[in-house]
Amino acid sequence: MKFTKLLTSAAVALGLATTAMAADKTKVGFVYVGPVGDGGWTYEHDQGRKAVVEAFGDAVETTYVENVPEGADAERVITQMALQGADLIFTTSFGYMDPTINVAKKFPKVKFEHATGYKTADNVSVYSARFYEGRAVQGHIAGKMTKSNVVGYIASFPIPEVIRGINSAYIHAKKVNPDVQFKIIWAYTWFDPAKEADAAKALIEQGADVILQHTDSTAPQAAAQAAGNVITFGQASDMGEYAPFPRVSSIIDNWAPYYVARTKAVMDGTWESVNTWDGIGAGMVGIGEISDAVPADVKAEALALKDALADGSYHAFTGPLNKQDGSAWLADGETADDGTLAGMNFYVEGIDAEIPN
Amino acid sequence: MIKLEKRPMPSRTLSMATPLIAVVITMIAGGLLFAALGKNPFEAIRTIFWDPVLGEYAFYYRPQLLVKAAPLVLIAIGLSLGFKAGIWNIGAEGQYIIGAICGAGVGLAFYPTESILIFPLMILAGALGGWAWAMIPALLKVKFGTNEILVSLMLVYVAEQLLASMSLGLLKNPEGHGFPGSRNLNDYPSATSWINEAAGLHWGMAFAFIAVIFAYVLLNRHILGFNIRLTGEAPRAARFSGVNPTRLILFCLGTSGALAGMAGLFEVSGPSGQISIDFNVGYGFTAIIVAFLGRLHPVGILLAGLLMALTYIGGEIAQGNLGLPSAAIQVFQGMLLFFLLALDLLTNYRVKFAAKGAA
Repeated sequence: MKFTKLLTSAAVALGLATTAMAADKTKVGFVYVGPVGDGGWTYEHDQGRKAVVEAFGDAVETTYVENVPEGADAERVITQMALQGADLIFTTSFGYMDPTINVAKKFPKVKFEHATGYKTADNVSVYSARFYEGRAVQGHIAGKMTKSNVVGYIASFPIPEVIRGINSAYIHAKKVNPDVQFKIIWAYTWFDPAKEADAAKALIEQGADVILQHTDSTAPQAAAQAAGNVITFGQASDMGEYAPFPRVSSIIDNWAPYYVARTKAVMDGTWESVNTWDGIGAGMVGIGEISDAVPADVKAEALALKDALADGSYHAFTGPLNKQDGSAWLADGETADDGTLAGMNFYVEGIDAEIPN
Repeated sequence: MIKLEKRPMPSRTLSMATPLIAVVITMIAGGLLFAALGKNPFEAIRTIFWDPVLGEYAFYYRPQLLVKAAPLVLIAIGLSLGFKAGIWNIGAEGQYIIGAICGAGVGLAFYPTESILIFPLMILAGALGGWAWAMIPALLKVKFGTNEILVSLMLVYVAEQLLASMSLGLLKNPEGHGFPGSRNLNDYPSATSWINEAAGLHWGMAFAFIAVIFAYVLLNRHILGFNIRLTGEAPRAARFSGVNPTRLILFCLGTSGALAGMAGLFEVSGPSGQISIDFNVGYGFTAIIVAFLGRLHPVGILLAGLLMALTYIGGEIAQGNLGLPSAAIQVFQGMLLFFLLALDLLTNYRVKFAAKGAA
């Protein structure tokens, strides 16, 4: 345990040194799970980092390490940033949860922000976005646009985040098209262009003319383009290079306002541990421009849905809703609570598939 | 005119020297690469090779080097036995995964009972898991003459699927709010491989050292080691001297599988802490590079494992401090193997400078 002391005293000494030396410079570190050029998840986090640089200029210094595997390597990278005097560290993948908590224990003066997790501490906040709001808009467009009534869904891992997205998209597709059915393929990856392309092709062969994806590469867009009559939606990033067709809209992760606000809080000394889950309203979830491939009336409905979600007059999970097994979940007019949504491990009624385990 | 002439015997001196020369050339070529990216090459090389060992925060990085090197050395030692005999286990990554699953599974089955017996049992389960997974290509090769390279490699992907299934199903943390991944074994004192977590010491390191010593004794002082070397260098002679190829295949694949399985167990119960979908990060494949970089020699492998760990950790520091992209670091690591293989030419061939005009 002597060593822990050494580590913390070094950190404290360093903390004093940096505050004395660089009272005008706030150091912010970012840990990325993918490459900054992935065009999806990590790319958008890095856009957030750039926004911080832009907002504060010389008052901040940002560093990042990309392609960091989740687990032991992440813990080392986070420790390295803390050791070298970071004041605030964003760890941007679910698998960094335990490493972030472990490092945070050793560096009580450093502030940590972990994306998409659920473990907090005095110096660890968690933040995530209500992507399911965006999925509702996608589901609406998908239900209206499909002619084969088959919507393909490329899912990543069977975790609550992904299941929530499938449910939200299905509910809103079904609402406008009672005959719609979802075909779901689990790719077991967040980013693997080859696997994603295979999944997209398989779904198209099964008759899908709309592809939704919860993976980050543009490979499904390319597969849809090759097929010719299939529409897609950008994921995490706008993927505008495939607009106006096959990409008809997108969900955009917009971390910039949050990153700028949290950095500001550290600078002002007002940072506190919080649990943030923002949606369209707060600007954390953006809906990419709905292209002209979508008929004007459908576009208007989708935008109205987006506005209702943004101002809170409508919740994406509003009863009456049953679970897949037919048991009652939400009564008429009742909305889902955040606890159930955060741990969602069931499909809603009507989805003809099983959650793998 | 430059001519290549085959040496009657591979040069021993050069065989020992090429890894060092390869490192030096990698530093030069890597320096040029970093310079082309607009970074100070000397600063970059210093950050990668000097800072983790002797820099300001070396007190933290030194034990981390061992954490990173331990699984590489443990796996590479096992692989080197087979490689020496011409038996190619390319699927250590899969055996590593299965070892971790079996070991962690045994530990989690006892949760929350505390007993000193649990961890030894987990090591045994990890070794057995890796061994059993390696026995699949071994038995198929012995019985049906299948190619162990293909079978062992393909089984990596099977193991990865099994890992995903375990993280989402059987071994999922019941208190994990529906998220994938097992309980964290670091929070379970009887099942953790840390000896002293703050100092960065875990049992995997101890076993890596023991494996190095055992392999050294086996190869130099034991008839089995002699048979392994003989089979690799002169298969016909080995057959005439009565070496049983079936037993050798089973032994080499089994041992490398067991060591890879143990490496997986030490990793899951220590640095990684839990079974998760992305638990494996490629140690099983990197260990192949380590085995060759270390010249298939136990001591060489130990040094090569530490060197490889150094490029990983130094590379991360260079990313964080100098803003080098991670792809540049990967190119840098790739160069090391590339130059080593290129220089191998010199151990088997002599360069002759023929006089001008001479025939």
